[in-house]
Amino acid sequence: MREWINNLGIKALNFFIYIGGTFNLTVGTVFQVFVRPLRKKECFIQMYKIGVMSFPIVFMVAFFTGMVLALQSAYQLTKMNAQMYISSLVALSMLRELGPVLTALVIAGRVGASITAELGTMKVSEQIDALRTLAANPVKYLVVPRFLALCIMLPLLTVYADFVGIIGGYVIGVYKLLIGSTIYWKMTFDTLAFKDLFTGLFKSFIFAIIICIVSCYEGFITEGGAEGVGKATTRSVVISFLFHISIEE
Amino acid sequence: MIEIINLSKTFTRSKVLNNLNLIINSGERIVIIGRSGCGKSVLLKHIIGLIKPDMGQVIIDGNDVTRLEEYEMDKLRLSFGMLFQGAALFDSMTVGENVGFTLKEHTNASVKEIQKKVAYSLELVGLKGIEKLMPSELSGGMRKRVGLARAICNNPKIILYDEPTTGLDPIMADAINNLIIDLNNKLNVTSIAVTHDMVSAFKIADRIAMLYNGKIITIGTPDEIKNTKDPIVKQFITGAAKGPITEDA
Repeated sequence: MREWINNLGIKALNFFIYIGGTFNLTVGTVFQVFVRPLRKKECFIQMYKIGVMSFPIVFMVAFFTGMVLALQSAYQLTKMNAQMYISSLVALSMLRELGPVLTALVIAGRVGASITAELGTMKVSEQIDALRTLAANPVKYLVVPRFLALCIMLPLLTVYADFVGIIGGYVIGVYKLLIGSTIYWKMTFDTLAFKDLFTGLFKSFIFAIIICIVSCYEGFITEGGAEGVGKATTRSVVISFLFHISIEE
Repeated sequence: MIEIINLSKTFTRSKVLNNLNLIINSGERIVIIGRSGCGKSVLLKHIIGLIKPDMGQVIIDGNDVTRLEEYEMDKLRLSFGMLFQGAALFDSMTVGENVGFTLKEHTNASVKEIQKKVAYSLELVGLKGIEKLMPSELSGGMRKRVGLARAICNNPKIILYDEPTTGLDPIMADAINNLIIDLNNKLNVTSIAVTHDMVSAFKIADRIAMLYNGKIITIGTPDEIKNTKDPIVKQFITGAAKGPITEDA
């Protein structure tokens, strides 16, 4: 019993250390964003790696999600003779929920894992210590470019996912369920309001901060060689997923 | 001059440094010896401010590095060079970018001036013309020498060597030893090396200090250490499996 309480105490302490560490890293990163000079070239490289390289996977996920959403909703809506609302359902679901969440989950898995693995390897091979001995701030040098790249690229990827998802729904709606193309687009745009787009974009911005901070923090606290890097990478993806889901709820 | 006063550090219940005291004179080559895991690298990291002690002071030219803020420490670190055990070269940069890192980040030197200085540093370590290679294309010995070129590129006053000959063949190890002596003579720097390679220690040291149970238990010239009567030091320098060190463990 005593050991159990002891373990609980250690876990609670580690939890608060983790929260404190991520909070400190967030504040430090935001502060360093405004410290000149900004490493623009590195920011663009990260934007390419994080954003442009993710376009194919985001396309696949969003397109098939839009198609499945249209197909599944058709199953119910046809019974009520309300197929024409499929387009509204697909568009609203993509913009408000599925677009931001699915894109964030894909990016947490693809990019978050790679950030943790890269920084974790730098940590265990003493490259982060080397940066500090060369009077370079690791947060400024490593985190800020990834932070800016994620905060810019994740909302853009979300808009792209929203659009591709709607196209996926359109393909099923028009070519399988035989809804007229004009009606499909009309129903799509009539339903949408700017608020829906902004809600999704705001969510994706928050998700970008979470992915960046969790994956960088996990990289910075990595210990124990290759095995440690593997564990940190897994933890980074799992924690990012949990954060996304809890924020959604 | 570097004064280390009552330095103590504990990691998860194991006291690595225990009221350690040491004075290092300007311009000397001091080698700290001790068993693997006895805290030699931890001592180096305290000197350059990568680790904060639980207690004690590290005073460098009148500045107590344990009390400095990170930005003040960064200024002081520009007068340091550090060679890491695994060289800790930045994987994503070429040899030239690695060596010229400090000059690019912290000086207003032109690209041409940086290239000239990088070429000179690489020439000093016997690796002329490899600026365009990536660290992954280098052998272990070359990596160490590039690490050394990076450490000396900004004309440091103090160079720290963490296990400079570990993992190298005897010929390459001797080449590194000669390089440390040459650099010390040419650049008139203070050199602090930690190693358990006694051949290297006897060759490069003006003075040798032995770290044992978190304290410096003996300090003297290589001849004094060779002729010591202290059974602990004697066991260590002869590499005998039986003796007070192994009995204590």
